[in-house]
Amino acid sequence: MDQMEQNRPETHQIVMVAEKVTKRFPGTVALDQVDFTVYTGAVNVLIGENGAGKSTLMKILAGVEQPTSGRLLLDDSPVTFKSTREAAHAGIGIIFQELNLYPNLNISENIFVTRELTRGWVVQHGAQEKVTRELLARLEQPLEPTTLVRDLRMGQQQIVEIARALSQNVRILIMDEPTSALTAAETEALFRIIKDLKAHGVAIIYISHKLEELLTIGDYVTVLRDGKLAASAPAQSVNIAWIIDKMVGRNVHAPHHHERTVADNNQEAILEVRDLCLPRLGGGLTLENVSFTLRPGEILAIFGLMGAGRTELFETLMGLHPEASGEICLGNKKLRQQTIRERIDSGLMLVPEDRQRLGLVQKLSVAHNITLANLKRFVDSFWLNERREQEDINAMIRDLAIKTRTPQHPITSLSGGNQQKVVVAKSLLTRPQVLLLDEPTRGIDVGAKAEIFEIMNRLAEQGLAVLFVSSELPEMFTIPDRILVLSKGKITGEFLHDQATEEALVLAAGARQQTEHPTGTAPT
Amino acid sequence: MHTPSSAAAIPRKPSGLSLGVLLFRLRALIALFVLIAVFSILSPSFFTRANLIILVGQTAINAIMAVGMTFVILTGGIDLSVGSTVGLAAMVSGLLINRGLPIPPLGVAVYFNIPAIIVIALCLGLLVGAFNGLLITRFNVAPFIATLGTLYVARGTAQLSNNGATFPNLVGNPELGNTGFPILGAGSILGIPIVIWIMVLFAAVAAFVAGKTPFGRQVYAVGGNERAAELSGIYVNRIKMAVYMMCGLCAAMTGLITASQLVAAHPAVGESYELNAIAAVVLGGTSLAGGRGTIWGTIVGALVIGVLTNGLVLLGVQEFWKKVITGLVIILAVVLDQLQERLQQRLALKRA
Repeated sequence: MDQMEQNRPETHQIVMVAEKVTKRFPGTVALDQVDFTVYTGAVNVLIGENGAGKSTLMKILAGVEQPTSGRLLLDDSPVTFKSTREAAHAGIGIIFQELNLYPNLNISENIFVTRELTRGWVVQHGAQEKVTRELLARLEQPLEPTTLVRDLRMGQQQIVEIARALSQNVRILIMDEPTSALTAAETEALFRIIKDLKAHGVAIIYISHKLEELLTIGDYVTVLRDGKLAASAPAQSVNIAWIIDKMVGRNVHAPHHHERTVADNNQEAILEVRDLCLPRLGGGLTLENVSFTLRPGEILAIFGLMGAGRTELFETLMGLHPEASGEICLGNKKLRQQTIRERIDSGLMLVPEDRQRLGLVQKLSVAHNITLANLKRFVDSFWLNERREQEDINAMIRDLAIKTRTPQHPITSLSGGNQQKVVVAKSLLTRPQVLLLDEPTRGIDVGAKAEIFEIMNRLAEQGLAVLFVSSELPEMFTIPDRILVLSKGKITGEFLHDQATEEALVLAAGARQQTEHPTGTAPT
Repeated sequence: MHTPSSAAAIPRKPSGLSLGVLLFRLRALIALFVLIAVFSILSPSFFTRANLIILVGQTAINAIMAVGMTFVILTGGIDLSVGSTVGLAAMVSGLLINRGLPIPPLGVAVYFNIPAIIVIALCLGLLVGAFNGLLITRFNVAPFIATLGTLYVARGTAQLSNNGATFPNLVGNPELGNTGFPILGAGSILGIPIVIWIMVLFAAVAAFVAGKTPFGRQVYAVGGNERAAELSGIYVNRIKMAVYMMCGLCAAMTGLITASQLVAAHPAVGESYELNAIAAVVLGGTSLAGGRGTIWGTIVGALVIGVLTNGLVLLGVQEFWKKVITGLVIILAVVLDQLQERLQQRLALKRA
């Protein structure tokens, strides 16, 4: 049957269908009545913004999650997968974005882990290695099966993942952003493998943010937006503009800019970053020649996909990466070897992305979290003046409308949005001149998001320079005066708020990666 | 822009803790009173002025060490080397009193008076702590391993200082001006042993530092979430360095007191003291994970151990049974601690 498929590539058969699949999580609907068709011997591309529901759909197909409603059809008969094991048994394999390999085991051991070829209780290493060698030959990767996975490059590890999936005789192979860690050569090799798999009748489900790439290898394109099916079409009939249009949608997020008077253009920059470079472990650059300026009272947004280097940029500004090169000037002061404390004292402060891990001390009260970063403000002789401390705490709780029963309550008793406000309050008490906010609205509800933006707006009006990072496209059209787009560590676009369009931002964030970085690793 | 309309209403109610939770939190104190009551009934000689002074005096030695240990554990660390530091400080004080500081090239020895000797021994404690702190902060050695190593190094050094022998009869020599060392362990002021005064002083200063100074607040922050503390501009390594040095200082103080009480410095003195100190800290409700606990809790914890030991001796309970009972009490304390953690989490969830 496979051979026949190969001869009629234009009429792919349907192997799997997701019908009206809905997935609800507490508080949100991740997938809303989505239909998705998987054609055999074809590359079925799935695309959408962060949070559009791609990963959830893949997890349902692979048995990681179960749908709240709707059904899956495999070869026209309904199926339910309670685990990845059951899905694998039905011939569905998945390669996650984060590789699931054991670096301390060798290639063949990784391929056969949990499914070891045994005689009695003894693992038949010889037999495993023979099969592994055959698989690797088919994938054009003549690696020695006994090589430890930790000694392989990222791209080669990806090959091992694919080999593992193939060893299970998959009919449907799900690949989640497989090229994000690959060099151009490795990407080409991967595409050859995909063509080969197609020829053998395997259905590929391919997720990526790289638009050109999708059109190069895709046969069918399905676009998700806000958990709903936005469009699906054969790849020949679409172009990049169409995809972006479907991804961002029309009239969904009407840009509504604030009426704040934009910072005076003639004003001296408070933060000036020149040629910031941050080397990456294992070669290449996480940040490449990043330069920008920020004026007092200005809100500058940085848009970028995951892994674009946004968090690393903020970390570098705060002095967490001493290996970075380039120049950071705050006011008239050049920041070089300063510690985090010294940077905070000179007016730079970060509200980190991961609130629980980096922002809060969970065992302290609301009050003590608020004053944590600027205790010396309350010191009389060498002890804390608790009356003055309490005054500032109360003022912050009032100004930011933090909802807590008492300041002495544990921080963990607050909602996510209020916890975030506590982190912002802590930062503001350091009297910053430049406030860095890394995904300030992540994981908080809509009302709290609006409040956070209102706070940022108010701070900017008071002359604070605000720099914030977000991967949420609509947020780019709320308050920023200017938007920088970061892609693979490089600034790929700069827009004034009235010039920016969703299409332009998406294109700069994802599509340029291919054209601007043909080698995948940045030249130095 | 207008300010957020939902101006936070902060009700000034007393924190909504039920009586049950409060009693649960004060469990160490309650346990202490219960133990005192039980032993007072069972043994007529327990609740007497003389016995109580002995009891608190015995407790003080452990309590002083435990005060230092509390800071270390609050940062999420541990110090296993305190027992050896006790021995080292004792031996150094013995050496300096009996032999002075030998200066081989000149063939002479320098003798110090007792206050100077005390200062030197305390500085040695700081040094041991600094060594631990350096291993932990600069070389990223896990506190358990770093201080385990120091446990051996310090004990070995203590034994080397006199080839494993005791420095006996530490009364000093009037001609050398270094008499008076025994007063530290045996003297009293206002009818209360100096040892107890020292404990009160150490505890009061420590409680003040922990509760009222930026340093104390930062210790809790480091133990609660090290990375968040670092991003808040706290010099995490300096805080850690300081707590190990404080712990070493407290241990050296204990060593001086012990040597003074015995009027002799034995190289094995202080062996396994670290475990008593950790037990007192844990009994006092300090979380071994760091970030939660109080100095007063530790003092109560040390008193619980002291009362238990003293009371069981008065009742004539066999030494071995004493160990079994003490161990069970410690286990119970940690189990209750876990229960409290879970209880508070559940309450926090309910409130959210």
